[in-house]
This record gives sequence, C-alpha cells and structure tokens, in this order.
Amino acid sequence: MSEKTIMLGNEAIARGAWEAGVKLSSAYPGTPSTEISEYLAKYAEVYTEWAPNEKVALEVAAGGSIAGSRTLACMKHVGLNVASDPLYTLAYTGVGGGLVIVVADDPGIASSQNEQDTRMIGRSAHLPVIEPSDSMEAKEYLKYAFELSEQYDTPVIFRTTTKLSHSQSIVSLSDRVEIADKAYERQVPKYVMMPASAIGRHKVVEAREDKMAVDSSAFPINRVEYGDKKLGFITSGVAYQYVKEAAPEASVLKLGIVNPLPRKLIEEFVSSCETVYVFEELEPVIEEQIRSWGLSVKGKECFTKQGEYSANMLRLHLTGEETQVFPKADVPARPPILCPGCPHRSVFAVLNKLKIHAAGDIGCYTLGAVAPLNVIDTTVCMGSSISLLHGMEKARGKEYIKNWVATIGDSTFLHTGINSLINMVYNKASGTVMILDNRTTGMTGHQEHAATGKTLKGEQTYAIDLSELCRSVGVKRVIEVDSFDVKALEKTVKESVLGDELTVIICKAPCALIKGLKFPNRCVCDTEKCKKCGACLKIGCPAITKNPDGTVKIDETMCNGCGLCENYCKFGAISKVAR
Amino acid sequence: MMNIMVVGVGGQGTLLTSRIIGKTALMAGYDVKLSEVHGMAQRGGSVVTFVRFGEKVFEPTVEEGSVDVLISFERLEAQRYAHFMKPDGKIIVNDCRIDPMTVVIGAKTYPEGIIEELSESHELHAIDGGKIAKELGNSKVLNSVVLGLAAKYIGFSEEDWIKTLTATVPPKTVDINVSAFKAGFGSN
Repeated sequence: MSEKTIMLGNEAIARGAWEAGVKLSSAYPGTPSTEISEYLAKYAEVYTEWAPNEKVALEVAAGGSIAGSRTLACMKHVGLNVASDPLYTLAYTGVGGGLVIVVADDPGIASSQNEQDTRMIGRSAHLPVIEPSDSMEAKEYLKYAFELSEQYDTPVIFRTTTKLSHSQSIVSLSDRVEIADKAYERQVPKYVMMPASAIGRHKVVEAREDKMAVDSSAFPINRVEYGDKKLGFITSGVAYQYVKEAAPEASVLKLGIVNPLPRKLIEEFVSSCETVYVFEELEPVIEEQIRSWGLSVKGKECFTKQGEYSANMLRLHLTGEETQVFPKADVPARPPILCPGCPHRSVFAVLNKLKIHAAGDIGCYTLGAVAPLNVIDTTVCMGSSISLLHGMEKARGKEYIKNWVATIGDSTFLHTGINSLINMVYNKASGTVMILDNRTTGMTGHQEHAATGKTLKGEQTYAIDLSELCRSVGVKRVIEVDSFDVKALEKTVKESVLGDELTVIICKAPCALIKGLKFPNRCVCDTEKCKKCGACLKIGCPAITKNPDGTVKIDETMCNGCGLCENYCKFGAISKVAR
Repeated sequence: MMNIMVVGVGGQGTLLTSRIIGKTALMAGYDVKLSEVHGMAQRGGSVVTFVRFGEKVFEPTVEEGSVDVLISFERLEAQRYAHFMKPDGKIIVNDCRIDPMTVVIGAKTYPEGIIEELSESHELHAIDGGKIAKELGNSKVLNSVVLGLAAKYIGFSEEDWIKTLTATVPPKTVDINVSAFKAGFGSN
C-alpha cells in the first residue's frame, strides 16, 4: 500500500507535478498559489524558479514545452491576466511536452483585489479547464491534465481555489514517472504565429475543443453518484464537498473538467433527475451553457455570484433551517495591520505627517490605506501605482501632484512597475516614486526575487541593484534612504514632491519577518515621563497600547525595537533597551 | 465527527496548532481535513483555522452551531467566534488580551468580562498560557500549553500528542514544547 499523508492542496499539486515527471516550473508568487512553487522547489528533479511576473513565467514554461519537456506555470487568478497575452496564442500553437498552467482563484477575496473566475478565461481562450475538489484529486488530476495536454496538443488550465489550495486532506503517494523528452522538430505552421499559420491553427483550436466536448463525457475525472433522483446537483471543485455535506442523499454529477463541458453526460444526468441544481461558486459558467442547450436547471437565482459557498448556505436553501445556536457577538473588528517593526509603517507615518496622498500598489503596504496611517488613496493591480501617478500629472498638470507620490514594493516594482517608470522617463514626467525596498516579496510569505540575491532553490545569484536599474532607464534623481531615518525621509520627500524632476526614492530596510534577522533591542515607555498625548499611538504599531491609567505600554514580546515610536514622543518617554 | 476551530491573532501560531491536531487525528486512523488562512488575512488580523476528523470528512470548514472544541489564543477572539459553538461544545481560551487597532486608536472599547460572560452559556476552560510559557523559559511556546489543555477535550493519549508535537515543532524547541504541552495537559 502506498504511503498516506496529510497535505495542503498546494503541496499536493506540487507532488502531482513531480509524480507526473515535470522538469520545469516557473511562477510569480500570489496568494493562494504561492506554496506550489515552494513545495516543488524541494524536489531535486524539477527545475523551479521565480519569474519577475506571470507573463514571463508562462513563456518560460512554454519554451520548455516546445523543447519537448513536461512543464508547469503557476499563478493566482489576476496573474493570469498578466499572462493572458501568451495564453491566448499558446492555445493556437499547442504544446511539445505537456504544459499545465495552475491558476488559483480567490472566491471570498481572502487576499486579492478582485474575484474573477478563471473558467471564463478558459472558455474565451478555448483551453481545457480541470478542477479538483480535495488534495488527493489535486495530485491525481494534475497528472491527468498532463496526459490530456499531450493527447490533445493543448495547454491545460488547472483551476484551484483558496479553499482547496489552503485546505489539507489525506493523500496517498506514488513514485515519479520519468517522461522522455520529445524529439524537436521544426514546425513553422504550428509555432510561428504569423497570419498564414494562425489562420490554420484557429481551425485546429476549434476542432480540438469540439472533439474534447464529445470525448470528455468518458473522461474518468467526471463522476456520477446516483442517489435520490428527486434531487440532483451538477458541481465541481470544493463546492462538491458542500453538496455531499448538506445533501448526502442527493444525486451528484461531479465534473472534473469544466471546459469544455461533457454535454452528453450532463444531458443524461439532467434527464434522470427531477430537479437539478448547478452549484458553482462565482460566475454561472456551467449553468448558462446547460441552459443554452435548452435544459432546465436551477442556479444563480438561488445562490450568489459572490464569495465562498458552504454546506450551510445550501442547507439553508434546501431546508430553511439555520444551524447556528448562539447569537453572534458584536465585538470590535480586528482587521489585518502592518507588523511591529515593519519599515512600511515608518514611510507611511512620514507621508501622513506631510499630508501626502499615495497611489499605492499590491503588497503588505496596501495596509497603509487604513487608519491610523490613511495614506494610500488607490490600489488597482501590480505596477499600477507609478502609471496612475503619471496619468494624474498628464491630465491635471505638475501642480496637481505636488502632494502625491507613488508607493510600490521592490518585488512589485520588478514585476511590472519598471515598465511604468520607463514611461515616466520617456514622457517627461515630474512625479515622485517611492520604492519600499524591504528585500523580499512580503505579503505572500517572503519569497526571493531578482533583487534579493537568492533563487527559489536557495542558490546565490546576482542581485539587481534597484538604484542602478532606475538610473539606467534615465531617472537622474535616485535617492536611497533608510526607511527608519525619519528626518532624512521627511526632508527627501518634501524636496522631491515640490521639485520638478522625476525622482525615485528607494526606502531601504528589511521586512521584520525575514528569517534570521536579529533584534537586539526593544522599546520601553517610562510611564513617569509619558504625558498620555497619544502621538506614538498614531503610527499604528500593534505593540503599543495603553495602560488603564492612559499611559503607554509597549508589549515586550511583540516589540522588536525598531525605534520608530521613539521619534514620535516629544517628551522622551520612549527609549530602547537591550532584550 | 469532531469539529475543532483554532482562532487567534495573526502571528500567534494558530496554523501550527491546527496542523498538530490534524496529524494526531491522522495517526489515529481518521479521515482528516484542515482549512487554513494565508496571505493578507494573516497580518495581525483575526485568524481562523478549522480541523475536522471522523470516518469521512467532506467540507474542510466548520459550520456555525457545530464546533465541539474552540481553541482561542486570545479572549476577544473567543467571543468573536463563540456563535460557532454546539450547545455542549467546549471553549479553551488563553487568558490574554491583544488590543485590535480599532481599540488602540480609541474607535472601539475592548469588552470587559469576556470569560465570565462566555462561561455562563458554555463550558469554558481558561489558562494563562503566556505566563506558564514564560516560567518554562520561552514565552513563544504558549501554543503548546494551550494545546495541552485542549487535548484533554479532543481525545487521544498524551503519548500520541507528544509524538506529533515532536515531529512538527522545530527540532531545537522539542523539549520546551513538550514541557509546555504537559503543563497544559496536567492543568485544570
């Protein structure tokens, strides 16, 4: 019997890729997909890397595939937008070795900027979409996705969701199967997508999808579980688990492939059951197609397009019964906040003091939007802070942005921010861009990137110098400041926003959560000297709270002695002591 | 079916605690599912993880009204999620207070008497895990103290728990985590 273990969905996806004989994986971190690459990097047989963005990652995987090996690209749902340029055309070229693109959707928006549904992109790109419902299926379906990719000569989208990626369930392990690389053959009509080739390949794409729509009714990843035929459910992914929990007696058609839909199988199921619900999170992708075939099913008129589903919501719909016994308490909210010792806090405290607005970006520093820092005014997508600031200036003039900056993290700057900075140089911008360089990809759990000097596999590599990079594209005024040097930071920001020259301020200090960092000090408040003015509380550090008498207390476990609060106490009540 | 909920403030180690529970249940031969929280939600915010084990587990999360054991590493978080409890469920709470930013900046008040209030409607066991951990020499092992107390209400033998604890925590911290677990397991 094979070994059984408990695995995170993302770990199981990585294991599946390893077992499938994958030789290369490229990815950019993004919740909830990040851990796939981290787990995969532990397998010596698989080359794994962090790419600067998802477009690059998918192209790297495509290159490996064209060269004849099985390859993987991993990203979150919004990452697929960045990668959609190669995606739509890779549907035309098809593959050499199998190519699977793992895309993690985030229904419920645990850590994202929107709630888009990757199945819609799969449909519009005419790519098959596979969806597992637990860790064991994640591992096995991933291997099957490689078989489909090679059999039908197509990239395959492997869709997961936050609940699947970040749940653990039992998996039985298999060995890796080494797959021989395909021999290379020059095929211009297949791989060179100029009009003459692409016209021909578009026909291939449609024929392939039509064939898969027929063949998929026999795919072993779809499963019919007949029970009480009065009530039937068509479902896939983690929503299947909710159906089994809430309606164990009902009949279920569980789809493993959600594009193209196995029409024959669905028609048989719908005709066998009295009432059929389509139970799918987010968009009515399955439901609308079934309705277009003239079949009657229930769906989004009963269940929302927003957020995560649960067994409870289905049970409530079916029986009208609430399971909750005790009332929900009305207690103070506890939203996420910047950590104690976070260098972003220092930057935002300065911007707050100077009453400066920030076009923000994607990362922990998005938390600079909330009280008490209240600095960030916009967050759209990776890299957008710099281009938004530029657009403001060009629409409204230089004076308009005298109290604005763009704030962007080091990893996000390398992702797509650099393009926007090139645009500013080229189009004679005057704005101030602040790169919050904390030497890591913080939000997703501290991944390396092109400026940290280490690869995903932990090897030493060249660390891109952000100052040199900015200068090399033509930014004349590049200033490095220690993020915790409040006075220097304040002076530099003031001069830059009031000046007329494009400036990049690189705020340097490592993320307080980077492993191996030592914090020899902590801060203490002398309650004799404390005047209860609350100035130190305005920087929003979770280690700083009040004593019952209104004086300030600094939690000794949480504080790592960054000393930022010391700068904001006019009465000298806060000082550093050795731990 | 046993439904467990582990809650706390981001950074308090709810994830590791739920993983130890999951592994112990797996070792005992049960079907197990865990649901975790990663990414932005972890950053000092309210964090919830679920562990379910039994003959066959479908949903990885736990419903309101069906929690057997709620483990909370902070008082306010126990109150926030108490509506998930079954009528006869048990609340294990680490007797500590961490003010959320809404309280720090004066927008909200931290409720008084949470433990007394919850004890009126639930079987509740409170422990000052931080104090015990500090006495043992490392305030960070408070999770193992609290888990030790909760373990008595989840089931499995002390040996089984220590086995998975040993295999899960960093090797250098095994001894102090085991001592912390025993301190919790042996308390009332």
